[in-house]
This record gives sequence, C-alpha cells and structure tokens, in this order.
Amino acid sequence: MQIKPYGDTLNDGAVQLSFTLPVKCSGKAREAARLYVLKLGFKHCNVVEASPLSDEFTFFVAYAHTDVAIDYDKVDYVEAVSNVMNMDGVNDFIREKIKRKVVVVGACTGTDAHTVGIDAIMNMKGYNHHYGLERYPMLEAYNLGAQVPNEKFIEFARKNNADALLISQVVTQKDVHVQNLTNLIELLEAEHLRDKFIVIAGGPRISNKLALELGYDAGFGSGTYADHVATFIVRKMEEKLNR
Amino acid sequence: MKSKLGLSGAKVTAARKLADKIAVPVQKFIGAHTTVTVERATLRLMGADMADSNGVPVPNAVVDSLKGNLGGGAARWYANALVKTGKSPSELNTEIAGGLDISKLPLADARAIEKKGAELVSAFDKKVSANVAHRNERLAKYKENMHSPLLYVIVATGNIYEDVKQAQAAALQGADIIAVIRTTAQSLLDYVPFGATTEGFGGTYATQENFRIMRKALDEVEAQTKRYIRLVNYASGLCMPEIAAMGAIERLDMMLNDSMYGILFRDINMYRTFVDQNFSRMINARAEIIINTGEDNYLTTSDAVEKAHTVLASQLINERFALNAGMKTKFMGLGHAFEMNPDIKNGFLYEMAQAQMAREIFPEHPLKYMPPTKFMTGDVFKGFAMNAMFNFVSKATGQSIHLLGMLTEAIHTPFLQDRYLAIKNALYVMENMNDFGDDIEFKKNGIMVTRAKQVLDETLEFMRDVEKETLFNAIEKGLFAEVKRPKNGGKGFEGVTEKGPDYWNPFETYLKRELGVKEAAKCK
Repeated sequence: MQIKPYGDTLNDGAVQLSFTLPVKCSGKAREAARLYVLKLGFKHCNVVEASPLSDEFTFFVAYAHTDVAIDYDKVDYVEAVSNVMNMDGVNDFIREKIKRKVVVVGACTGTDAHTVGIDAIMNMKGYNHHYGLERYPMLEAYNLGAQVPNEKFIEFARKNNADALLISQVVTQKDVHVQNLTNLIELLEAEHLRDKFIVIAGGPRISNKLALELGYDAGFGSGTYADHVATFIVRKMEEKLNR
Repeated sequence: MKSKLGLSGAKVTAARKLADKIAVPVQKFIGAHTTVTVERATLRLMGADMADSNGVPVPNAVVDSLKGNLGGGAARWYANALVKTGKSPSELNTEIAGGLDISKLPLADARAIEKKGAELVSAFDKKVSANVAHRNERLAKYKENMHSPLLYVIVATGNIYEDVKQAQAAALQGADIIAVIRTTAQSLLDYVPFGATTEGFGGTYATQENFRIMRKALDEVEAQTKRYIRLVNYASGLCMPEIAAMGAIERLDMMLNDSMYGILFRDINMYRTFVDQNFSRMINARAEIIINTGEDNYLTTSDAVEKAHTVLASQLINERFALNAGMKTKFMGLGHAFEMNPDIKNGFLYEMAQAQMAREIFPEHPLKYMPPTKFMTGDVFKGFAMNAMFNFVSKATGQSIHLLGMLTEAIHTPFLQDRYLAIKNALYVMENMNDFGDDIEFKKNGIMVTRAKQVLDETLEFMRDVEKETLFNAIEKGLFAEVKRPKNGGKGFEGVTEKGPDYWNPFETYLKRELGVKEAAKCK
C-alpha cells in the first residue's frame, strides 16, 4: 500500500515545515527559503511566514506538497512489546510462571545527570497515573539514579543478582548516548555477563530499533510507562526459562 | 500589592520561625568548618588563577599541597608567597603553575602577611564595587525597557563561541537574561576548568574565560537592545564558592545557588554543601548577584500537587540560609515551577494559587518561576499552549524572573527559533493581559484561596517535623524530594575540615564585616 502525507485530501502529500536560514530577513531570503524547500524535492512550496531572529538569521514557516510515497507493507519494525499487561497482570504472571521475585536494576549511566526518565519508570509514584516498578510487589527494583559509571552499575547488578538492567539516556548531544550505551554492552561482553541479564535501553530519543542495533534486548522511547517495561521483562524471562 | 489569598500572617511568621530554628544547628556547623573549595575560592579572590600543564588549576595545586593541614586556611600561604617572592599574583600564579610549592616557603612575619591580606582584600573590594556600580548605573539607565517579569532564556551548545551567537540573537529578540547551562557532570568536578572551551554535553563548561567572553558579548548588544542583559551561571556542585568568586570578578548578575540542591539531586555530602553554600552566598551578596534557588527540582522528582508544601518549606529554608549569609531579600530569587500534570481538572487554578502564595509570602524577593518540563512531550503544539498558560500565571501573579518554556523542551537543547517563539509567546500573553492581576480578586473560600491555605498548613506541619528531626536527620530520612542522603555519604565529604585555632581568612572576615554577618554563628 503506497501512502503519502494527508493534509485535507487523500494523497495530497501536504507537509508543514519550519526552519531557520543564516541570512538577514528580506524578500530575497524568503525566496531562498522557497527554493530550498523545492530543492528538498517538494512541489508547490508556500512560505507563509518569515521572521527575523537577528540581523543574521531568519525563521520560516512553509507548507509544501510532495510526490514521494512509501510502501507501508514493506516497512520493517518490531514493537518492543505488544499486549501490554498492567501492574496486577505482571505480578500474577510472575507468581504463576516465574515463581520468585524478579530483580530489576536501573540507572541513568555515564555522565548524563537526568533522572527524569528512569524515575518515571521506576519510582513508586510512577508517571501519569502509571505506578513505577518499585510499586510492583513481585519486583525487587533498585533505582541507582544518575551519573552512575557503567562499571559500578554492572557491579551492583551482579552483587544483587539482577535479572534485568534498565539504562536511561536523556542527553543525546553529539551522540553521547550511543557511545555510552555501546560502552555498557562492551563491558558486559568483556566480563561474559551479557547473557546473564535482560538489558534494556530507554530515553526520549531511544527506539527499539536503535537499541537492538546496539545489542540490547529492547529499547523504549517517549510514551513508555512502567507497564511496557515490566511486561517485556517478564515475558522475556519466561522465554529464557523455557529455552 | 493587595492580598488576594488572605493567608494567615501568624502562620507565615510561625513558618519563618521554624526555618530559623531549623538552620541553627547547621549554622553552628558551618561556623566551625571550612572546605577545600572555600579555601580555593578564597585564593581566587586573592588573585589565584591559571592552571599547570596537566590542567590542574593553581588554586587546586595550592590547596592540595596543604592536605591534612587546611585547618589554618590557605590564605596565609598565598599571602606569604607574595611577601616572600615580592611578585604580583599573576607572576606568582605562573610560578605555581610551573611547579612552585608555596607550602614549603618559610613563613614571614605575621604582620607582613596580614598587611598583604588587607591589600588583596582592598583590591577585590575595589573591583567588585566597580562591577556593582556599573550594573546599577545600566539598570537605572534602561529601567523603562526591561520586561516584567524579566525574560530568561538558556543557551547550551557546549561551545562558548556558538553560545555567544545564540545569546546575542535572544537578547535582540527580547530576552533580558541569558543563562549559560553547564556541561553535564561539571557539578561533580572538584575543580574549575581553565580557559575558553568549545566541547561540552548538554551545556558549556563554567570557566572564568567563558564568563568573560559571554559578559563581553552581552555588553556588546546593550546599545542595540537598549537594555542591560543579565548573565547567569551556576554556583552549584562541588565548587559553589569558587564559581561565585569568578562570578563576582567577571560581573555575572545572577547565579543558581541553592542551599540543598547539591545534596538532594547531585548526591554531594550535606556537610560539604552547607559550608560551601554559606561562603558562596556571602560572595554573591557582596557582589549584589541575585541567587536563583532550585525548588523546581522538587516537582520534577515528586508530584507537584502532593508535594507543593516541600517547595514552600525549601523557599523558607533557602531564605533563612541566605539571610544568615548576609544577603538582602531583594537578591533572593526563590524558585518555584509550573509542573502539574496538564490533565488535572483545574490544575491551572492550583498553579495560580501556588504562584500567588509565593508572591504574597515573599513580597520583596525576585521570585524565579520555572516553566513546564516534566509533562512536555514531542507534541510541540500542545507544549506551546502549555507555555502560554505558564506565561499567563507568571504575569498575573507578578513573578520577577521568568524562565521561558521551550516548545521543544522534551526534544533537544533549544534551536535558535525555539527561543524566538518562546519570547514571542511571552510578549504577546504578557502585553495582552498586562493589568489583569491588579484587576481581579480571588473568591473568598474559592478553589485558589482554599488551596493556598492548605499548602501553607501542610508546610507548617512538614517544617515542624524537620525541626524536630533536625535538618541533617530529615535529609538522611528522605523527607525532602523522597531522596535519602546519609550524613557521611555523598561526594566531597573528605574535603570538609574543622577550622583550627589559627584559621586565617581575611576575605571571610571582610565579607562578614561588609554584610553584617554576626560572629555568633561561629560558637559551638
């Protein structure tokens, strides 16, 4: 099935764009913006707004149409988890199939100082009316906070017999998150621990696809709640048990 | 301003008395101790600067050489080296960076050392007085052109030269205040890097040279903007007082400075932070730098509706520690934030009640109001609407320092256009409802009045618990921000030293005298 963006008619290919060019705001700048959008491959570009940000920069809002379509059937993507269970569902699942408490260790590792992501998943309180993993009676959850060196994180996980590791990464400037996530996997592999844990990456710019490429079991992006992560962990554990 | 909430004056007074009592044992500890960074800050105030070929800053080299012997302070050794060598501070810095160990120099006559100390104090006093006079003159000159509240934006590229471009553009668009966000993890460095920097993650290193570069850039656009653009950096982390010293010298106008932030959110040892914040605040107070406290952080880690009282309690505690450091209320930018879940019915009313309450309890303080961050998503359009609501509350309740919300908060450090859109949003909302706050009264026993009363009551109850426990134990038990911090745990504890009978710090003496800080704090 070929698809294109939908503005107000099927297949009109309408797209909204906004961007800044490093030139002084003028009629010429506006024309440059229009031509630039056409150069990107769009048709019928309409620059609807041009605002000076300073003497050297202009901000544009533009609408344009595209002829480019994509075959939706050929898009390859696996969701990290489907049929998400809620907290009670996860606890029942653990009691019935795993029959012991599951240990989860989470942190925002490396230099990243932001706990907001790991807190949303792990804190008792949770986020947006979804309780965090610390609230789950059948989980033993440890949130180590931010700026935890990968080495210390692994050491803690080993000492506490963790089943699953959650690594949150919020800062992504200059791909610092990719370097840090790669470093963690390399450390685990060097210590022959990679298969001992279910290893999960999370953060606003993390996708399941990226995480799998980096050697993780799963990746979760924005819009993720503890339910998603917990469901993935317990299903994966059951899979491991039955292997 | 006429009260809209009708809060009980007796309860507010009781809360302030509790804050006073809570601070007493802490202040006693502060009076009897110094830290490695307090000593390094003192050296910086004396003129210590530069770094050796391995990047070790001169103040660190000096303090490290006094390891185990810091109870007498570092100032004596630096002043002595100046006396003994007859060099200027910058010449001496070059010598120290080249390997001179000043702790090995024999001590000169005490009177000569004291005279040198007095000379250095006087040089600093002249410098900082000139900075204060310059700022006040410009603020008076452009008084009519500043926005109310002051519009505050951040730059965070990691490269100071790129920061400059973005800061100047933001100032031209209408920003009154530019904060250079620090690179992630700088708060945990026990030294201040040296020189201009072009690499950082999620921010730019706070260095004295970077301060100088940005100060110059903002002064440059003054003629065009017809406003004095204020510069902000962070007196937080393991080098609180040193960065405050750099800020005083380079004419920063505001500094993030919270009495407990480092303990709770960066796991810095509590004794270390308490001693550091006191000295850093004395420097800020002398340089007339407005501090910004970090109460917004309580609401990003805990629920903004349930934990609203922890914000007020922290504001009162921050106020008390600032008073103890000789700071006037007009320099206390106490923090709070618009962080409630946008799905809450009447959430806007609770936000407005909280902001109005802060204004009424702290009438002279330049309150700093922080935008929504926790519930911002990739839906930039909804985010833009949330920021408009935040702008409305800020103007209607007369906040002083308004950190602009970015529509791309949840996505990346702001693009040039994101700041522009934020400023445009704020200027539109605030101009359009300019006198709204003056024109309305709150319904007696309505939702907002009831809410503010409830938060004040909860604050009193909470502060009674803290007072009973003592602040040290309360932090250890996790009463603040649901974070538990052991007394002897955290980073930087080894850098805390009891002052010896021979402790000598002419800058501490000078700051206390200038600021009217009572020596009573020192008694055990």
